[in-house]
Amino acid sequence: MIFAPSPFLLKDVSVSQVMTQVCVALIPGIAAYAWLVGPAILVQLVIATFAALFAEAAMLKLRGKPLALFLSDGSAIVTAWLIALTFPPLAPWWMVFTGTIFAIVFAKHLYGGLGQNPFNPAMVAFAVCIVSFPALMSQWPAVGLELRLVDQIDIIFGLAPRVDALTSATPLDAMKTALRMGDGNFDIAQLLANQDIYGNFAGRGWEWVAAGYLIGGLWLWHRRVISWQVPVAFIGSLTLISGALWLYNPAAFANPIFHLFSGGTLLGAFFIATDPVSGCTTPRGKLIFGAGAGLLAYIIRVFGGFPDGVAFAVLLMNLSAPVIDLLTQPAIFGMKGKK
Amino acid sequence: MLNLFKFWGGIKPPSHKTESNQHPIGVAPLPSHLIVPLHQSIGGTPKPVVQAGDKVLKGQLIGEADGWISAAVHAPTSGTVREVAMHVRPHPSGLDSLCVVIDPDGRDEWIARTPLDLATTAPADVFAHLQRSGVVGLGGAGFPAHGKLTPAPNVPMDELIINGAECEPYITCDDLLMRERADEIIRGIALFRDLLQPKKVLIGIEDNKPEAVAAMTAAVAARGENFAVVAVPTRYPAGGAKQLIRVLTGKEVPGSMRSTAEMGVQVFNVATAYTAWRAVAHGEPVISRVVTLTGNVAEPRNYEVLIGTPMDELLKLARPHPDTNGILMGGPMMGFLVPNRQVPVVKTTNCLIAHSERLFPPKAPEMPCIRCGACATVCPHELQPFEMYWYARAKNFGKTQEYDIFDCIECGCCSYVCPSRIPLVQYFRFAKSEIWAREREKKAAEEAKARFEFKQFRDEREKAEKAEKLAKAAAAQAAKKAAEAAAAAAAPAGDAPATVAATDAPAPASAADADKAAKMATIQAAMERAKAQREAAQPKNIEALKPDQQRELAEIEARRQAAGIADAPASATQETKAE
Repeated sequence: MIFAPSPFLLKDVSVSQVMTQVCVALIPGIAAYAWLVGPAILVQLVIATFAALFAEAAMLKLRGKPLALFLSDGSAIVTAWLIALTFPPLAPWWMVFTGTIFAIVFAKHLYGGLGQNPFNPAMVAFAVCIVSFPALMSQWPAVGLELRLVDQIDIIFGLAPRVDALTSATPLDAMKTALRMGDGNFDIAQLLANQDIYGNFAGRGWEWVAAGYLIGGLWLWHRRVISWQVPVAFIGSLTLISGALWLYNPAAFANPIFHLFSGGTLLGAFFIATDPVSGCTTPRGKLIFGAGAGLLAYIIRVFGGFPDGVAFAVLLMNLSAPVIDLLTQPAIFGMKGKK
Repeated sequence: MLNLFKFWGGIKPPSHKTESNQHPIGVAPLPSHLIVPLHQSIGGTPKPVVQAGDKVLKGQLIGEADGWISAAVHAPTSGTVREVAMHVRPHPSGLDSLCVVIDPDGRDEWIARTPLDLATTAPADVFAHLQRSGVVGLGGAGFPAHGKLTPAPNVPMDELIINGAECEPYITCDDLLMRERADEIIRGIALFRDLLQPKKVLIGIEDNKPEAVAAMTAAVAARGENFAVVAVPTRYPAGGAKQLIRVLTGKEVPGSMRSTAEMGVQVFNVATAYTAWRAVAHGEPVISRVVTLTGNVAEPRNYEVLIGTPMDELLKLARPHPDTNGILMGGPMMGFLVPNRQVPVVKTTNCLIAHSERLFPPKAPEMPCIRCGACATVCPHELQPFEMYWYARAKNFGKTQEYDIFDCIECGCCSYVCPSRIPLVQYFRFAKSEIWAREREKKAAEEAKARFEFKQFRDEREKAEKAEKLAKAAAAQAAKKAAEAAAAAAAPAGDAPATVAATDAPAPASAADADKAAKMATIQAAMERAKAQREAAQPKNIEALKPDQQRELAEIEARRQAAGIADAPASATQETKAE
């Protein structure tokens, strides 16, 4: 005779399936990204994946955990891909590598590994690198720059000089800098007319990468890998605040569409703020988490010193998540309106 | 058309019902022997009224109900009692219980059956008849039916719900019963209706059983009853009593509330209504039931099976495949693997599933929880299973109770969807049993303390009483002496007034002294008593209490005061808290 507890029927699901679906959902965005800046992003994805698996394996070994089981869960790969996608595509290899190692070792395993990290590991890596290497983290390739794979690899691995001309700011950063430098003489409409940087509704080309993330994100929601609350609240609050300020002064504040399709908004809303481990779990908590992250992201990117605010916004909300969860526990069956 | 409601969550596992519902109910042959456990329903264990060697007839009482919540047990066929002994019971615990083992004589000879004339019988006598006939809930829990047939005081009975949902995969016994014996089910329901006097009668059947819905609808129409036969959406666990109540009435009975009658609604399984009717109209006690045989077998089918039939013998009818490695009693969501294959079919055995690794592959290794919340989205009681898991794992049982672990009905939806393959239900069972064990311990400790305190109090009181008695005796003695002295002094009266004065004076003085001594002793004793009480009430080792321990203490004090055990300990605890 054998022993096993009920239930005996189980749905065919696993952590690695969840993570695989997240990776698949990133593919449209990655494809647009590769089309925009060339294969450099794929090189960075490989570097980050390698670093993540290396760090994961080393930490699992140190912690005496089964290697095959945890390496195949795919969580480290998701972290790695998010790091590669948020770092500048021509960043030196060691920066992506160090960031990823830091994410896996410090932000994940030192807190207890899978499921235990209070902060989103990829965002920790981003925050650490932008604080430590602000200049390198702000150098993005000028759109339209045609570089061969070999040249890109040379730049990433430091075999070719990092010519300043090769790099520029992100459209978001460029706008902020221009507005500040211009001291009120520039007006957003004039800036957006610059077709070198800006495209149809946001940064030239980058808007399509963002659209790719949107498609992947919607698919994730369709598959119920993520719930609707976080993305809707994130996008909603960011739209609300950017819309309000835009209506107040369209010359000094960009329109909501620009903000939605710029920087890390859509990647953040669908792939980063939805991280279940470090986010909120209750339905109302998720709404608060998403709305808070969207609001903070806007404030930091528009009024703060960093090119974008998504990473810090998510980390700040990660900090608040346990309290939000505690305060938003839903009423249980039969107890609604009684407790 | 009735307006249906939704319950939160639920799952849609593969139903596996078509395997076993293709054939009519068969009749299982008489087994080689019958092992009839006496304890087959919730409540008191029936007392055996037969002994080894007794000849019994089919339907003869072998176990007498013990108390109100208890139901009688009968011989399923005629034969000889081999023994009344301990045997393993079909229960996950694998524990033994008292069983009557019967060797059938093959004649299957009935005892005299006496139907009940409902027109002339008072409800109380109907309840007694149902109890005597062993009618219990056949849906799973086995609660004696008569215990649920009285409305709660002060709550009008709004709805009587008949549960034909049968939401668990694989099980089809209620489906077939409804298809084949709808008329008798309806008459049983009418009996319940007459006893409970509800405003409405609703029969809920999952919409994956169209044949059963049709049969029941036709039977209701044929009897001219105004019962509503409702096809409810197929979604596990729609057949959970509280889920079915929600779907049909919109009422939410909390998982922690035992009796649904408090909300004006009562639920019975279709098979319970059927057996109640058989008991009343034919005088037949519950000695058999319909059991689904399915799973890893060649010929899945439903059989009418005598209670007490050994499972391995029964399962052979369905020809289990050779790789069968266990027998699952109940459905795959809430059922359990029986401790050994010889355990008997009991009144709550609705289904036997031959278990094999092909059918139910071994579970993948458990991974850490990633807080994805899938469990919370399927929990029909809207709990946060991942939070309860977290605290159950940490053995922080107080916290699991804050997250309402006792509202969990162990339906298994959370485990079903968990991507980390965490046996969540198992953790919750563990936490619940630990909490129960601790409650029992705490209660025992409190009782012991109360006993000890009372003994101390009694000792002190006896001591004080003794002292008082002694003092009184001494005082009486002194008074007597004084009186004697006074008498002695009175005799030579006038001789020496000075002496009289001298003897007179101390006499009242000594009497007063004795009186005073007695009083002093009483006061002393009272003070000692008070001191002892204070000491008894003063909690020890409470300097470095953690907040939750303090809370626990406060709760205990509150309970003790409510029970009138403690006199004035509140100030003592507050003082120590202030430090």
